[in-house]
Amino acid sequence: MKQLRYDLILIALLLLLSAAAWLLLRPRGEGAVAVVTVDGAEAGRYPLSEDRTVWIESPGGYNLLTIAGGAAAVTEADCGDHTCVRTGEIRLDGQSIICLPHKVVITVEGGEADGVDLSAH
Amino acid sequence: METKHLTRLGLLTALALALSWAESTIPLSVSVPGVKLGLPNLVVVFALYRLGRREAWLLSLVRVALVAATFGNAFSLWYSLAGAVLSLLGMTALKAWGRLSPLGVSVAGGVLHNLGQILVAMAVLDSGAVLAFLPMLLLSGTVAGVCVGAAGGILVRRIRL
Repeated sequence: MKQLRYDLILIALLLLLSAAAWLLLRPRGEGAVAVVTVDGAEAGRYPLSEDRTVWIESPGGYNLLTIAGGAAAVTEADCGDHTCVRTGEIRLDGQSIICLPHKVVITVEGGEADGVDLSAH
Repeated sequence: METKHLTRLGLLTALALALSWAESTIPLSVSVPGVKLGLPNLVVVFALYRLGRREAWLLSLVRVALVAATFGNAFSLWYSLAGAVLSLLGMTALKAWGRLSPLGVSVAGGVLHNLGQILVAMAVLDSGAVLAFLPMLLLSGTVAGVCVGAAGGILVRRIRL
């Protein structure tokens, strides 16, 4: 039965190894960036792979862009309609959040394609 | 080689070939190529413990050649061969080490078989892209090794040749 202990150690090690390999080698949505434009001019690009919050100042006010878990969303804004906040999360290539009052557009470029649009094409 | 011994080896080789064929008819995975149960390893582990190291090698290599000659192809030959050799190297070494039961030896064999195939795929495709399959193949090799090894352990204990 002592052998069984070594068997279990080996199995546990291999399971850990596959988990580690999965963490290291999983396909990431690398290259996907959130591109922010204010009144038509690019104001910044932020990779979706890094969590962060971005304060977007525009002549009309502010929008708070939050990037978390590979998705971008406007979580706060002082615009009138809050359409940007209600749009929710975007993560797929070509998706965008638009705040008309502030003339702010946030678009995802690169990364995973939007399957719905692909099949529509 | 004694006639009786030779006959046993031949029988077991035929059994391993039959299991290879049986396994090839059940596709286990659609998304990751190379995921399989490794039923022939049952016979290899048994031979390793009950017949000897040389016999296990002979059986396994002859099986690979027979599979390639019957329902495999020249391409799959290299995958199986690399998998079989790496798996045999690991299993004979670990059995000699003596700390593992047939279960553990079989697990190592399953994982090493998958590893050998990935290495050949990397060489053939000249690309590291297949490494993306590594986690799944490590996991499936371990799980399959446990299943086959549990059965193999029972066979080794119960059947005395």
